[in-house]
Amino acid sequence: MTAPLIVFTGVSKTFETARRTVEAVRDVSFTASRSEFITVVGPSGCGKSTLLNMTAGLFHPTKGLVQYDGMTLTDLNPRTGYMTQNDHLLPWRDVAGNIRVPLEIAGMAKREMADRVAVLIEMVGLTGFERVYPSQLSGGMKKRAALARLLAYDPETLLMDEPFAALDAQLRLKMQTELRQLCRRLHKTVLFVTHDLDEAVALGDRILLFSGRPGTIYQSIVSPLPPDRDLYHLRRDPDFVRVTGDLWDTLASTSTVEA
Amino acid sequence: MSIPLPAFARRWGAQVLLIGGLLVLWQILSGWAISDFFVSRPTDIFASIVTSTLDGSLPFNAAITAFEALLGFAIGGLVGIVLGVALGRSRALSDLLNPLVLCFNSLPKVALAPLFILWFGIGLNMKVALSAATVFFLVFLNTYTGVRSVSSELIAILRLMGANQRHVLTKVVLPSALTWVFTGLRVSVPYALIGAVVGELFASNRGLGAMLAQAQGQFDTAGVFAALFAITMLSLLLNAVVKIAETRMMPWQKQADEQATI
Repeated sequence: MTAPLIVFTGVSKTFETARRTVEAVRDVSFTASRSEFITVVGPSGCGKSTLLNMTAGLFHPTKGLVQYDGMTLTDLNPRTGYMTQNDHLLPWRDVAGNIRVPLEIAGMAKREMADRVAVLIEMVGLTGFERVYPSQLSGGMKKRAALARLLAYDPETLLMDEPFAALDAQLRLKMQTELRQLCRRLHKTVLFVTHDLDEAVALGDRILLFSGRPGTIYQSIVSPLPPDRDLYHLRRDPDFVRVTGDLWDTLASTSTVEA
Repeated sequence: MSIPLPAFARRWGAQVLLIGGLLVLWQILSGWAISDFFVSRPTDIFASIVTSTLDGSLPFNAAITAFEALLGFAIGGLVGIVLGVALGRSRALSDLLNPLVLCFNSLPKVALAPLFILWFGIGLNMKVALSAATVFFLVFLNTYTGVRSVSSELIAILRLMGANQRHVLTKVVLPSALTWVFTGLRVSVPYALIGAVVGELFASNRGLGAMLAQAQGQFDTAGVFAALFAITMLSLLLNAVVKIAETRMMPWQKQADEQATI
């Protein structure tokens, strides 16, 4: 077993606003290994996104340590890439132009850039849509374009904050399947935040159940599902049914107070 | 009506009928229900437009007003964009200048006319300044809002890609502010004309505003209407120019419109 890639040790984060102090997360500890797909699930506003922001180095913990590949994060973490519910495509650039953004920032040569964009477009299944502006893309295609842009600069760790929340159920399943396959093929480490229990269990190699305010890890579950699972037939999978059922029970027992 | 007309033809037909009907009504009522001293009549106005076009006074005055408005528009727009970006990007600067901005915003810009006459005299400069002052604020405010409305999430995403301040500015902030800039520009077209025309009304012997004042002084109601008509046409023309520039510079908007109409 190699050293873990991401290590949170006793991490708390409080935000000071003019009126009050908000504790977003409290005493969070977990590790993520290379190529591990971790889902973080819990109710909205329980500080899940704060974990991603700290892994990206956008925020720093008030207490505790966030380490990445053995180093404590003090600045932005360029080995991570971010994808959120809003795809944040640039409306004035077509699909190829959007995917080019990180390559332009990296100062890649024109020809090399074109080759790379072609590979990425093929990878996410957007062939034929290179010259289309985001406003004309469907929801799923926007996600594909955002994913291609994210993969363009090949970040080692993908930080995903409810990226598929706005999609309808069928499309979400399709995107989930493709995301898992891509991440396995490219050996990406993934932190995937969602409030959807089914999604968390379907995607994760490990599931972190978050609760309450301030957010803490209530439970960490290693998925009994195989790495090459078939997401389309999980509904009948006894392991899936059992794990989601357990998680629902746990969530119910933790949230009765707040409800 | 046995042959169904396409929707746009029916709409156009209705619009032509409405305007034509109003003109006819105006023509009939004038001098009978309402004194033509006050409302003139469409045929007289048309005659006035033709006469002043043929003797060259209308095109000459329109050109003067257009020149003032365009110059004011360009200067005000440019300064508005530059300051909008600067203040939008710098929290400290915008905090510092906030009270000034608030005061200037509350001031009706045409009230500056007397001051500008003192500063610039009654020549062309005064009208340009008045027009620029009016345009400036609208463009500035829109640009500022545009720069401020860039999502911090998007900027975070880009910074993780390794983007520096220059990348963020050129790849995200400026292009996304462009939509707002054009909104500001489009809104300010009539205001550029207000600046120029009010300036001319105050003190001038040239321009459509002066023409308006002269016609009024001579109790030439048809002439007043002719000048108003010319000002309206000029405004529409300027609007069209901004619209064309907008489509040229933001082709993605056009695609979005096409998508929306399907």
